[in-house]
Amino acid sequence: MTRNSLRARLATAVLALALAAPAAAESIIVQSTTSTQNSGLLDVILPQFTAKTGIEVRVVAVGTGQAIKNATNGDGDVLLVHARAAEEKFVADGFGVERFDLMYNDFVVVGPKADPAGVAGTGDVVAALGKIAATTSAFASRGDDSGTHKKERSLWKLAGVDPTSASGAWYRETGSGMGATLNAAAGMGAYTLTDRATWIAFENKADLAIAVEGDTRLFNQYGVILVSPQKHPHVKAKSGQAFIDWLRSDEGQSAIAAFRIDGQQLFFPNAKR
Amino acid sequence: MSDLATAFRDALDLLLSLDPELAAIVALSLQVSLGAVAVAALVGMPLGAVVAVGRFPGRMAVVVLMNALMGLPPVVVGLVVYLLLSRAGPLGAFGLLYTPTAMVIAQAVLVTPIIAALTRQTVEDLWGEYEEQLRVLGVSRLEMVATLLWDARPSLLTGLLAGFGRAVAEVGAVIIVGGNINHVTRVMTTTIALETSKGNLSLALGLGIILVAITVTVSALVMAMRGREGRAVHG
Amino acid sequence: MADAGVVDPRLDDAGLVAGGVAPLCCSGVGLARGGRVLLDDVTLELARRPGVTVILGPNGAGKSLLLRVVAGLVEPDRGRVRWGPRPPDRSRATRIGFVFQKPVMLRRSVLANVTYALRAAGVPRHEREARARSLLAAGDLGHLERVSARVLSGGEQQRVALVRALATKPEALLLDEPTASLDPRSTQAIEALVRATRAAGVGVVLVTHDLGQARRLADEVVFIHRGRVLEQAPAACFFDAPSTAAAREFLDGGLVL
Repeated sequence: MTRNSLRARLATAVLALALAAPAAAESIIVQSTTSTQNSGLLDVILPQFTAKTGIEVRVVAVGTGQAIKNATNGDGDVLLVHARAAEEKFVADGFGVERFDLMYNDFVVVGPKADPAGVAGTGDVVAALGKIAATTSAFASRGDDSGTHKKERSLWKLAGVDPTSASGAWYRETGSGMGATLNAAAGMGAYTLTDRATWIAFENKADLAIAVEGDTRLFNQYGVILVSPQKHPHVKAKSGQAFIDWLRSDEGQSAIAAFRIDGQQLFFPNAKR
Repeated sequence: MSDLATAFRDALDLLLSLDPELAAIVALSLQVSLGAVAVAALVGMPLGAVVAVGRFPGRMAVVVLMNALMGLPPVVVGLVVYLLLSRAGPLGAFGLLYTPTAMVIAQAVLVTPIIAALTRQTVEDLWGEYEEQLRVLGVSRLEMVATLLWDARPSLLTGLLAGFGRAVAEVGAVIIVGGNINHVTRVMTTTIALETSKGNLSLALGLGIILVAITVTVSALVMAMRGREGRAVHG
Repeated sequence: MADAGVVDPRLDDAGLVAGGVAPLCCSGVGLARGGRVLLDDVTLELARRPGVTVILGPNGAGKSLLLRVVAGLVEPDRGRVRWGPRPPDRSRATRIGFVFQKPVMLRRSVLANVTYALRAAGVPRHEREARARSLLAAGDLGHLERVSARVLSGGEQQRVALVRALATKPEALLLDEPTASLDPRSTQAIEALVRATRAAGVGVVLVTHDLGQARRLADEVVFIHRGRVLEQAPAACFFDAPSTAAAREFLDGGLVL
């Protein structure tokens, strides 16, 4: 009998434990991209913000498309992504208050060291993509409507190539995040477009190396937007705005600039004030 | 190959260092998945038993549905629960998205059909043996269900284990409704997914090894409990 | 084990001695399954007084099915069954003890098997254990009360089943071939319990195809063949002078088709 009541109490305890969300001080949810999280940037700068303000920042790191969709549903207080046109539409549709430039990094094209398309070392990304298509060298695309994917499509357009006609042949859409796509590219010896931050922090480079970099068209601008409290009254506008203000302040900007992996700076702050 | 070797070393290092971060992740994994199994058991066991004992139109359809739902894709469950809990969804006002509670809900949805279907089968088999006896003792329907569940408990425990295994191993649902937020909703499987996307294959695999070790431990504990219970009954 | 004839005082202690026994009436009971007539216009009165009625007949005659109909476990297609004024529903007012050919032991201890029946009969919690203990003692099973019922031998299980059936103070006890798969010793123990039950004033209806058992226990015999009641007579009359050819053949040990 004592054993039964003990068991009953245990069961209740497990239930109570499971159903209780951890009580937290003020916290905000930031919908962001995998690049900011996977590179480790947020792990470094968020504690600085929390130490200063006591506001905990909870990051949901998904593709830009999904991040914007989640923010549209009101499932976040701040949106931090890199797809300018989509961000501006988000604000124009009334879901965001205002878009601010925050920082940039750049994209690079990485590919197998054997370089079957003969593009290594070029500074012209559009010409390089044309060559990859012409030689039907394998190319791994995110294919997930993320910021990187959007960037990649705009570059193909400039090159006058419709790679989707070769979908499944040399053009391979992974439909997954940057890390997974890099893993896939490493596995099949394919070229792919990646943000530099994820690339530098990526641990499984295998036979991949940077093939194309430095083209201004590979510029990757991050924007930050407060989700509209008019649309979603539960949005923690004050804390969210405090976070945006801090990111754009001298302190936040220098924290971004100070973040380095293997001595390389990954993100370049460029908030206009 | 070297990744595999490194993975085992990473797993061992993590375990030996008693990494507090890892401990917190493991604790949350257990909390979420055990909570989900508890909720699923509260719903699934009576449900399975009632379907086993009940005779009503469409019963076969319910049985087929329960069996089929055992194969619910976690991502689909995650999406549906996300749409329900999202601020734009019908339950958005509760603000449950990106909390452990949301993860418990999603996993409970995944696990309930497993527990219900296995309970249904177990109880139905036992019902075949018990039915006339319980009827001549004048036992009410409700008491019959309780009796069958109690007497079938060793087999039901295996059903609970199956449910726990499914819950603790899935990533598709919890990563959507939990958001894999560090220190809040990050569990073993979402950590593994994250480390994989970072290209930390050996660390990811190391975590996977620890996850398997945990499920083996839980399973062994349950079996030990069951063994003791069996001895107590057989006295 | 106390023998027949006198009321086993331990059974009496256990509160087994019942008051009046409600008469059982079957009128025009018929039942068919898959086009086969299994019970055909069965009309009988049973258990009008304390005593053992043995339902006798060859295999497949419909004995066990009739017992189930009588107990309310199987609904007949036609006709009606009444215990006194009531149908044999499982409401607690009508108490029928039932022992199956193959004992069904709940997956718990011997004691818990009996207290379970007491609980189902609405006996208050604080009385259950003491009553179950005295019942088990009466069945010579006291030493096994803590043992898991499912590890008992077949004979022990059947004794537990019988004690459990008696636990609810039934007005009538129905037994369906209770010793069909038991060894002689176990059979003897069961028969002794049946006699004690009869002596305690409970009406007993026993289905068997074992002639020896029928001779040892019956006060009255109902002979069934192919779903029909061919004879109902006091035991002595039936065994000395059966009035149908089928019964005669059956008693002579011939094959009754």
